[in-house]
Amino acid sequence: MQKLVVIGAGMASGRMLEHLFETVPDSYEVTLFNAEPRGNYNRIMLSPVLSGEKSYAEIVTHDEAWYESHGVHCRFGERVTGIDRDARVVRGENGDVPYDKLVIATGSTPFIVPLPGHDLDGVVAYRDLEDTNRMIEAAGPGRRAVVIGGGLLGLEAAAGLRLRGMEVTVVHLMGHLMERQLDEAAGYLLRRALGDRGIDVICSANSKEILGRDGKVRALMLDDGTELPCDILVMAVGIRPASALGKVAGVETGRGIVVDAQMRTSDPDILGLGECVEFDGQLFGLVAPLYDQAKVAAATLAGAPAAFRPREVSTKLKVTGCDLFSAGDFAEGEGREDIVFRDPGRGIYKRLVLRDDRIIGAVMYGDTADGNWFYGLMKDGTDVSDMRETLIFGPSFQGGAPADPMAAVAALPDDAEICGCNGVCKKDIVTAIGGGASTLDAIKATTKASASCGSCSGLVEQLLAVTLGDGFVRDTVKPVCACTDLTHEDVRRLIKSQELKSMPAVMQELGWRTSCGCHVCRPALNYYLLADWPLDYRDDPQSRLVNERNHANIQKDGTFSVMPRMWGGMTTPEELIAIAEAAKKFGAAVKVTGGQRIDLLGIRKEDLPEIWADLNDAGMVSGQAYTKGLRTVKTCVGSDWCRFGTQDSTGLGIKLEKRLWGAWTPHKVKLGVSGCPRNCAEATCKDVGVICVDSGYQVGVAGAAGMDVKETERLVDVATEEEAIEWTVAFVQLYRENARYLDRPYKWVAKVGLDWVKEVLVDPTARADLVARFDLSQTVYQKDPWAERTDAATRRAWAPLADLSQEAAE
Amino acid sequence: MNWIDIGALDDIPRRGARVVRTAEGCVAVFRTEADEVFALDDRCAHKGGQLSEGLVHGTRVTCPLHNWVYDLETGKVQGADRGEVATYSARIEEGRILLDPERLARRGAA
Ligand code: SRM
Ligand SMILES: Cc1cc2nc3c(=O)[nH]c(=O)nc-3n(C[C@H](O)[C@H](O)[C@H](O)COP(=O)(O)OP(=O)(O)OC[C@H]3O[C@@H](n4cnc5c(N)ncnc54)[C@H](O)[C@@H]3O)c2cc1C
Ligand code: SF4
Ligand code: FES
Repeated sequence: MQKLVVIGAGMASGRMLEHLFETVPDSYEVTLFNAEPRGNYNRIMLSPVLSGEKSYAEIVTHDEAWYESHGVHCRFGERVTGIDRDARVVRGENGDVPYDKLVIATGSTPFIVPLPGHDLDGVVAYRDLEDTNRMIEAAGPGRRAVVIGGGLLGLEAAAGLRLRGMEVTVVHLMGHLMERQLDEAAGYLLRRALGDRGIDVICSANSKEILGRDGKVRALMLDDGTELPCDILVMAVGIRPASALGKVAGVETGRGIVVDAQMRTSDPDILGLGECVEFDGQLFGLVAPLYDQAKVAAATLAGAPAAFRPREVSTKLKVTGCDLFSAGDFAEGEGREDIVFRDPGRGIYKRLVLRDDRIIGAVMYGDTADGNWFYGLMKDGTDVSDMRETLIFGPSFQGGAPADPMAAVAALPDDAEICGCNGVCKKDIVTAIGGGASTLDAIKATTKASASCGSCSGLVEQLLAVTLGDGFVRDTVKPVCACTDLTHEDVRRLIKSQELKSMPAVMQELGWRTSCGCHVCRPALNYYLLADWPLDYRDDPQSRLVNERNHANIQKDGTFSVMPRMWGGMTTPEELIAIAEAAKKFGAAVKVTGGQRIDLLGIRKEDLPEIWADLNDAGMVSGQAYTKGLRTVKTCVGSDWCRFGTQDSTGLGIKLEKRLWGAWTPHKVKLGVSGCPRNCAEATCKDVGVICVDSGYQVGVAGAAGMDVKETERLVDVATEEEAIEWTVAFVQLYRENARYLDRPYKWVAKVGLDWVKEVLVDPTARADLVARFDLSQTVYQKDPWAERTDAATRRAWAPLADLSQEAAE
Repeated sequence: MNWIDIGALDDIPRRGARVVRTAEGCVAVFRTEADEVFALDDRCAHKGGQLSEGLVHGTRVTCPLHNWVYDLETGKVQGADRGEVATYSARIEEGRILLDPERLARRGAA
């Protein structure tokens, strides 16, 4: 009999030995080393052991009797320290064993982030029974755990510890959970489900340091200074192939031990198997492909032909109640078709990615019953063109109805507020419909819903349609874009009433048809979210169009323009000198704009951070001539100089500009302040225009002088400057909270009516609340974008990624 | 021929792009939500807009100047508009982005 030595009694080698003893029972005398003090068990079932749903005994795959009956010499609890290929001997801690054939199946080692404090007592990885037992010991009601890593392992650890009564927080570096298996939409649903189970999840979080007391872990500190107290800290951030033995033995290694399709290393008598190997540049972290490898390795040892071919893998999370499934490649693209189905009511998301009429990827959450069916179609490369229309509904689909465009509204809870002006909930409206109100007007009359600004009328109509079925015919409304059937107004209303605070939340709860939106809806949603939730939502630069993303206006030749603020149109010789010097240094064309400031045109993108820094140094900030936000406040010289001036129009203009700059708005906003009715600042065609008169200030709103020309309408006459500012800020905030994206104020006011605007603003409390909300938002957004972007990192990001122009292009 | 390492994947924001300057003009290198990379000529077939400045959605990009939408894999314009830009092979290896130099070299001749 030949001598076979196997290093590592893991899932892969266990399966290999089974195949080997079945096919060639008497060819090898086997010695099996394992560093763990036990034989093969089902490692993936450690999670149910951790949660208490299974015992260790239940997950053992090979017991003593099995090893004995196959004559395996077990060297458990003994680590192999070296391989002498010349002497063909394996060195164990307790002595050498000679081999004819050797299998290295050492699996992986968990990666420990070398944070300060990583060696404290209570910091554990999640790989083997020892780790699991350590977690079980630490667990207990009221005790706290932090898990670093929101991937498969981290979440299973978190769920297990939670089931044992611990308070658990998961800290994840990336923007959404399980980012390698899930898209953002499914990641959102998973996070929500974990939240419902009492597991806190913090995404986009960088760990900085593990804090301890008396050598024991006490808390994790994030780089923003947050401290998360814990009695145990689990690190589940990834694994590395345990390839060290191969390396010292001198067989070829890359990231793992390199093997061929027969599982042979560069030494034909040594095989590699499992997570420790690398095949065709690929590593492996799930058991399905390892079982294929085990079969091939057994065949190779038996002298039979066999070849390993990696296949698509599918993933499930073993957390009871979190039903997710992911397989293949789920990015979108042409030739690639994306089929998305969302059921906001039941929290279901399904997405199939097709290419050439074949499924190449699938992600699903909430209802994964059809996962394996899709996976089968994917593995077999089945042509699905015949079932294309109904594919997403799964194999049992029997000619049912297609997705309902009104599902999002149907799924709203009874207490969802539909009309913000009058505080009317879904239940009130449904009750009114039940009581016989069958038209929009009847609903207005009975509930007052949509009787004020009217922007919720779309939702009321949808409720009528949902409740009355065919008995109600809706007016044709224009949805935001092809990703949804809802209008801008519907979406704004629901973001508020359902407290939707992230883009995936909006897309899932409102039943978006695409996985990540398009160039029409994304900028709008980004605005709505940041306007409604300034403290919770984080602005997404990748959902902004070119100018706002770069903080400069792109020109037709690809260069940019740079325009500093000139508060109220006032400047100084020093500023003008700095502008002139910058213009010279960067070769800019200089243009005096229609907005009382100076535009420097023709700046190269990579020079932007530098010219910004130069202008910053001279005390100037971005003029934000590129934003949907405050542009200019035009003023005239006013009472300071002009013989007709009644008030300090320049001063008021500067105050208004200093108060309002930096705030994002649905479209751009321009103001004018004139010192007398001669109106030299053209205030009567601005979004907000103030005319100073002897008795005070006339505040007009909703003027236009672009594609449409329209005079402002009088909002209010006030006596003092403070009141003029208060009314202006309150008006701008009302506009920010209610208008649809890309409506200038004059368009929005035409929709809701100036009377409604006045009705809201005339109430001093409402006005004060609007001002307070505006100021709160300004604590986040009133920051000079230039000052934040002159650092080295921005300079690199604004420059080309690489310059190959010197390399010969033969 | 060896692929050219042009930078780290993390140098490009998700759903964003960066440019690589070459003797024949700029190439836009895109990173999608799903961490795939694509490389296309950075000149819109319409009026030369820089596609690298467009909004990336799925594996498409919308030109920043007049909203033509391109498929990143094929370089073809979608929808009613007609046009196409050249694409280059790009791949990711251990967090680095690699471009196929042969295709790049050929662009001068094309
Ligand atoms: C630079 C400037 C022209 C100038 O040389 O004077 C200008 C330049 C542009 N205007 Fe303007 N507008 C400029 C004053 C105006 C004015 C006059 C004013 O502000 O007093 C108007 C009419 C008032 C108004 O705002 O409606 C004006 C109405 C527009 C419109 C039409 C808006 C509308 O709702 O009808 C657009 C298109 C848009 O915004 O969608 C526009 C868009 C543009 C854009 C951003 C076009 C674009 O998307 O590239 C131009 C950018 C050029 C650049 O890179 O700087 N510009 N634009 C002026 C900059 C003012 C400033 O200091 O910030
Ligand atoms: C908690 C948990 C849950 C999981 N859930 C899933 C799942 O749901 N689905 C899935 O597909 N996969 C899952 N996995 C991954 C799966 O368990 C691994 O892919 C699989 O165990 C790898 O098998 P292996 O034989 O390569 O390595 P292992 O099973 O790790 O076995 C390697 C063995 O070699 C031993 N060893 C290492 N070095 C030496 C040495 N020098 N001398 C002697 N012995 C040594 C180790 O002690 C170990 O026992 C999970 C993993 C964990 C930890
Ligand atoms: S009017 Fe405004 S948008 Fe039109 S060309 Fe002049 S600057 Fe450009
Ligand atoms: S230049 Fe790209 S769409 Fe016009």
